[in-house]
Amino acid sequence: MADLSLIAGKSRLPNIHPAALVAAVFLLFYPAFASNFFIFQVGAYTLVLGTIALSLMMLAGYGGMVSLSQLTVAGLAGYLMAILGENSVGVMGLGWPWWLTALTAILAASVFSALIGAISVRTEGIYTIMITLAIAVAFFYFVRQNYVIFNGFTGYAGVEPPVLFGIYWRDPTPFYYLSLAVAAFFFFAVLYGARSTFGLSLQAIRDNPRRMRAIGYDVTLHRIFAYWLAGLIAGTAGVLMVWFNGRISPGSVGVDIVIDILVIAVVGGMRHPIGPFIGALAFVLLENFAIDLIDRERFNTVIGLAFLLVVLFSPDGLLGLWMRIKNALKLKRRTLPESGGGQ
Amino acid sequence: MLRTDALTRLQSTGQYALELEAVSRHFGALVALADINLTVKAGERRAVLGSNGAGKTTLFNAITGDFPPTTGRVRLFGEDVTDLSIHERIRRGLRRTYQISLLFDGLSVVDNVYLACRGASRGRLSLRRPKPDDAMTHAAETLLDAVHLGAERESLVSELSHGQQRQLEIALALAGAPRFILFDEPAAGLSPTERSELIEILQSLPTHIGFIIIEHDMDVALRVAESVTMMHNGRIFKEGNPEEIENDPEVQELYLGGGHA
Ligand SMILES: Nc1ncnc2c1ncn2[C@@H]1O[C@H](COP(=O)(O)OP(=O)(O)OP(=O)(O)O)[C@@H](O)[C@H]1O
Ligand SMILES: [Mg+2]
Repeated sequence: MADLSLIAGKSRLPNIHPAALVAAVFLLFYPAFASNFFIFQVGAYTLVLGTIALSLMMLAGYGGMVSLSQLTVAGLAGYLMAILGENSVGVMGLGWPWWLTALTAILAASVFSALIGAISVRTEGIYTIMITLAIAVAFFYFVRQNYVIFNGFTGYAGVEPPVLFGIYWRDPTPFYYLSLAVAAFFFFAVLYGARSTFGLSLQAIRDNPRRMRAIGYDVTLHRIFAYWLAGLIAGTAGVLMVWFNGRISPGSVGVDIVIDILVIAVVGGMRHPIGPFIGALAFVLLENFAIDLIDRERFNTVIGLAFLLVVLFSPDGLLGLWMRIKNALKLKRRTLPESGGGQ
Repeated sequence: MLRTDALTRLQSTGQYALELEAVSRHFGALVALADINLTVKAGERRAVLGSNGAGKTTLFNAITGDFPPTTGRVRLFGEDVTDLSIHERIRRGLRRTYQISLLFDGLSVVDNVYLACRGASRGRLSLRRPKPDDAMTHAAETLLDAVHLGAERESLVSELSHGQQRQLEIALALAGAPRFILFDEPAAGLSPTERSELIEILQSLPTHIGFIIIEHDMDVALRVAESVTMMHNGRIFKEGNPEEIENDPEVQELYLGGGHA
């Protein structure tokens, strides 16, 4: 299939696709010509959402496990930043140094993800979706009702990235580059990992778990390990998310946003790690500019419609749509000289 | 009488690759396996024959743990593996093929075999890409040549012909130092050429590797196996060497009179 050749081709340095090169240069110099709004609200936010969706893409695209609790994992990391670090609410805020807070938050999120994995890996397909959705809903209600640790309905505000090397990392341009670095790191890690022994085994488990057992693999262990890795990605994105918003509350981990992450991953395409970022960009652009055309309340209708259209016309998302257009063009180019004869 | 002989030797373990003790398997009210006692010596090559629905595949599933037996014990090289999961049995040298190919459709042929080689060794969770000079990569290449798939190494499984998929199925079972292999109708649907290639592969296996082959084609079965077990209705109803079985009137009635394809 196309995705495999794409993965293999892009990873080797000598034959970088020209489009990838253009995209890389564009992303690097983006802050030079974009406004602050576009750098922060569009650029950085796309990268953060894309990274959360990337953790879902990795589980679902390679592992065949559609987990709806990846935002919840990111949310736990976000909460821990407020609880262990500093916040302006006057609840918790243990004041740990930022790096220890971030490290603990990410590790705790990954362990949480592995636990979710351990609970849900024995199920398949629709049941995985149901269980992980149930966990996401349970987490939402839990943090809303728990005032001692999670400060209930209000949640936390005033969660800020540190001032480091004389730079305030929540300023649009530094935060953009921080998000870009994190997103790029995980993007390339997933791209590389897809062809690693574990990556191959994960895809094989997706294709045929029974056969994987019959050649000596502990399928359950591999699935849980995949959840743990996905938790590292989602947890790190969760730290960025809380720095981006400056606050976190039950609303940040609500079911509507859980679904948004799924929509982003599906709309973008789950066959390649670039998919979630394409999906996130489409989502953020719609979120920011659809309100110019329709009421705020109608936004979910627009997202829902866009989702339906993409799923109906291209089950493998925008990425699949693009691949199909490209193949069609290539086919045309190849057949034209033959059919055209002497032209 | 070979069977009672085997029963009395059940206690002495070690020289047997496989020992089944009163194994049965029920699917609801259906008794797919009933009180099977079976021993196969290390290095022995055994054919299992029987009509459709006789319980042959179910027997394999009970041995590997795909569908654990309802009652009874399974011993592998003298070790009771009844309560072990499939992958743990595989790591002890057991291998199998499937009657209907179970392959990794989204991966290339060489990746399929690479994973099978890696499955029986360390480093299964490695996050690094296998290097070109990796021992498992080499093993995979060698195995591909052995099953005549060397030219298809980069093809996707979905691009292979039926015969090639059956060969890949065999390669997955030969990967990583097997000691005892279960072949479930490996020759089904193969062309005469592919069939003789298969027989060649089976005959050229190192002598310490024993196997059980389920095969409807008597000719294939008798050319690779030194002993035969006949199954019927979930029971073993005859065991012996190929000549005995071929000339047995009961077997002939069942096989030829039963109008078997
Ligand atoms: N998973 C299952 N669930 C229910 N019944 C099953 C299952 N597997 C096998 N059976 C039943 O058990 C009996 C034995 O089946 P089995 O597949 O072992 O036969 P077989 O000897 O391999 O036949 P064939 O030559 O057709 O492959 C059949 O009646 C079959 O319908
Ligand atoms: Mg069968």
